[in-house]
Formats: sequence, structure tokens, C-alpha cells
Amino acid sequence: MSKQHVTMTVNGDPVEVLCRADQTLLDCLRDEMGLTGTKEGCSTGDCGACSVTVDGRLVCACLMLGVEAEGRKIETIEGIGESEELHPVQRHFLEEAALQCGICTPGFIVAAKNLLEKNPNPTEEEVRYWLAGNLCRCTGYDKIIKAVLKAAEEMRG
Amino acid sequence: MAELQFAAPETVNQAIKILGGAKGKGRILAGGTDLLVQMRSGRIEPGFIVDVKNIPELTEIKKEKNGYRVGAAVSGARLGEHKSVKKKWPGVVEALELIGSTQIQGRASLGGNLCNGSPAADSVPAMIAAGAICKIAGPKGRRTAKVEDIVTGPGKTSLKKGEFIISFLLPEKPKKSSEAYLRLIPRTEMDIAVVGAGVSLTLDNQGICTKARVALGAVAPKPVLVEEAGLILVGSKLDPDTLEKMASACRAACNPIDDMRGTVEYRTKVAGVLATRATQIAAERVRSGR
Ligand SMILES: Cc1cc2nc3c(=O)[nH]c(=O)nc-3n(C[C@H](O)[C@H](O)[C@H](O)COP(=O)(O)OP(=O)(O)OC[C@H]3O[C@@H](n4cnc5c(N)ncnc54)[C@H](O)[C@@H]3O)c2cc1C
Ligand code: FES
Ligand code: FES
Repeated sequence: MSKQHVTMTVNGDPVEVLCRADQTLLDCLRDEMGLTGTKEGCSTGDCGACSVTVDGRLVCACLMLGVEAEGRKIETIEGIGESEELHPVQRHFLEEAALQCGICTPGFIVAAKNLLEKNPNPTEEEVRYWLAGNLCRCTGYDKIIKAVLKAAEEMRG
Repeated sequence: MAELQFAAPETVNQAIKILGGAKGKGRILAGGTDLLVQMRSGRIEPGFIVDVKNIPELTEIKKEKNGYRVGAAVSGARLGEHKSVKKKWPGVVEALELIGSTQIQGRASLGGNLCNGSPAADSVPAMIAAGAICKIAGPKGRRTAKVEDIVTGPGKTSLKKGEFIISFLLPEKPKKSSEAYLRLIPRTEMDIAVVGAGVSLTLDNQGICTKARVALGAVAPKPVLVEEAGLILVGSKLDPDTLEKMASACRAACNPIDDMRGTVEYRTKVAGVLATRATQIAAERVRSGR
């Protein structure tokens, strides 16, 4: 199958990639760009492991075509934090032991960071609702919610 | 299998041309939250995907002389951020916002929710109650249609070959009007409605209902406008007797399926309950001016 040229910005860098019309953005990121931080849990929009932002909007990369990304700004887990310094959301995930197997973690971190950009002071309920589309089979969620609330507190300063 | 093609036209006319050239194998892509799931499962096999999100008419929200016009591909997240639309059409906005998670909200649209043709689509009863009108484009030009005339059965619409929805007009409401949408699901979120009920109404200064529309989802092969239920409310102060008569009209309009989410009897009963509660919430919204 022939491929189309798609130009997009990924984590701040302009990227040109070839992808087939039937490839999802998730396939493009993982298979064509080697950005395997974004995970695939279900491929049906149910688990949130594939969460990325497109022009600042949180979406499931498994429910978007790669070719749709033409001209868009994509942010993935690889764009969060520096190699020397973790983003506060990442650091609090570690400190609160908010992950076990880690499959859900990139999605949770992308989603949580997006929440805190829109709402720096969310209530616990707001965090739980915002993250309701991110499933975790290991942690039981409490530690994740706590990590996000602690990160929010630190980021507010 | 023929190679899947993709285009993202920038005008309605380009989209019409592309769909015409696709010979019935073309599919509109809005948020893709139904389409991509169905492609992946093999339920549908489109030949040409037409992404409509670069067409301004399908992605704008704007005020017009007789209401607000909402592009068919506007996402739930964007409509939810629009304060004026949310204030006047709280039922439509809350119904669209019930769909899926934050991630799904980033993409799911009114046009996709309607044209997917699910009997349980949440925003559809709310749009029907609000009297929303579709603007439709096709090879023979443009036309308008009421939302209740679009879905004809599960997965089926009255749109003709090559037609698609450009936008919805949410018609201006008289003063002292409001609306509400409620659904019942077995969980607190991320599930399909067992029953959905949308109510839109207008009261006068004495609190007497002067206009009302009631619509139900998930209780028949398609979302239904229960005209009689609305008529029963008109002229009343929404007293318990009237509400019970209205609920009874809703139950009579039900022709649901039995499935793991609910039996026929349960869905029918719940339809009356939700219509009553949605009426009370809409009335409370009028009284409190919210
Ligand atoms: C995890 C998850 C949870 C969900 N929860 C709910 C829920 O709670 N309630 C609910 O009602 N739905 C739910 N859905 C279904 C879906 O998200 C909604 O139906 C949504 O509104 C579809 O909109 P879309 O823009 O993504 O449509 P798309 O997938 O882009 O399109 C859906 C269909 O409509 C056609 N179409 C789209 N736009 C137009 C147009 N303008 N003119 C003509 N045809 C068009 C497409 O060709 C396709 O056949 C859920 C889906 C997922 C994945
Ligand atoms: S992989 Fe996308 S939501 Fe599960
Ligand atoms: S840590 Fe294993 S799924 Fe969340």
C-alpha cells in the first residue's frame, strides 16, 4: 500500500513521516517514528494507554489516523520532562509508587499534565473524572490520584 | 481489498466532489471514535475516508439571527467550553459531554453521534428535544432536515448517497426556557445508555408550561420524539398528576430490546422516571435562571 507524506510537529520538532491511510496515529508514532512510549492497550478508545495531545487537546492516538495529523502539534510522553530532570507529575508517580507494570503510566502522565495545564488546582473528584478514561489493572488508582494531586500542589508553588 | 484513500478537503464543495468520486465507498471522518473502532473490527470497510475537520463550516460555532449554529464536527470538549451555548442549551451540551472519557471528548462530535445511527446515542434525544435542525450538503445541493428525521433504524440514516451533515441550528428559545438530558447507565461513566431522556421546555411568568418537547433514546430502534408527552406538559404547572401522565405517554412510546443492560420492562419504567426527572431539572433551571 502506498504511503502519504505527513508533516507534523512532534514534541516541538518538525517531523515528516510516511504513513498509510489506514495507520492510526498510534501506529505512526510507534512503528514509523520509533516513539514507543505511547502504549497500546485496547485500540478501541477504552483504556487511555495511547493518550497524546493534538493541538493541546487530549485524545486517544488509537482513534485518530496518522494522516489526520498533517499540520498538527502532537505531544507524547517523550516530550514530557528533561533527561536530567523529571516533570513533577513523573516524579510524584515515582515517589507515590503510582505504577507497577507501567503500561498505563505514559497515558496517565500525558492526561494528568494536560489536566494541570487547564486546571492547576483540581479537586480529587475532578482528577478522578478527568482520568476516568485511563485504565490501570495494577495500582487500584489511589496512588495515581495522590501523585497527581501532589504534583498539582508542587506546580502551584 | 482496494487501497484505502484519504483526503481532508477544505470546502464543502470539495468534499461533495470527493464523495461523489468514491462511488458509495466514501465515509465521512469527524472524530473517528465510532468510525475507527468499526474499521478496526472489520464491521465496515470504507474505500475513501473524507476528513471534514479542515472545513470551517463543519468546525465553527457561531451565533445567527435565529439561534446558534454548531458545526457537525465540533468536539464535545469545544462545545463544552462555549459558555453561551452551554447556558442556553444545557441539555444538548450535557448530553454530548456524557460521551466517553476526556480523550473521547477531545474528538466526539454531534454529527458523528447522530450519523452513526445508534438508538442509544446520547446527544440525539437532547438535540431532538431542542428542536435542532440539520443543514445537509449533497450532490443535489443543500437542504435542511429535523434531527428526528435522520436516523431510521440501528446504524441507518435517511441521508442519501453522497450527503453529509454540515451543521446543526439550535433554534433560539423564548425567555424562561431551559432543557435537560439524563441517562441511566449501569456504571457511573463510560457506558452505553439503558435509557436516555431529553426535555426542553418554556414556562410563563406564572410557572405554567407553554412549550415542551420530550425525546427518548435507547428505548426503540431509533431515538424518538414523544410529541404527546410534550403536549401533556403544556398548560400545566408540572404538578405530580401531569408528570405522571407525561411519564405514561413516554412508557407507551417505548419499544425497547431486552439485553444485558436492561429488560423491556425495566427500560420502559425507567423511561418514564428519567423523563419526569429531566422535566423537573429543566424547570428548575428556568426558575433559577441558570
Ligand atoms: C470509549 C468510548 C466511549 C463512548 N461512549 C459513548 C457514550 O457514552 N454515548 C454515546 O452516545 N456514544 C459513545 N461512544 C460512541 C462515539 O464516541 C459517539 O457516537 C461520537 O459522538 C461519535 O462522533 P465522532 O465525531 O467520533 O464520529 P465518527 O466516528 O467520525 O463518525 C461516526 C459515523 O458517522 C458518520 N459521520 C460523521 N460525521 C458525519 C457528518 N457530518 N455527516 C454524515 N455522516 C457523518 C461517519 O461516517 C461514521 O459512519 C463512545 C465511543 C468510545 C470509543
Ligand atoms: S489503546 Fe487507545 S484507548 Fe486503549
Ligand atoms: S501499572 Fe499496570 S496497568 Fe497501571
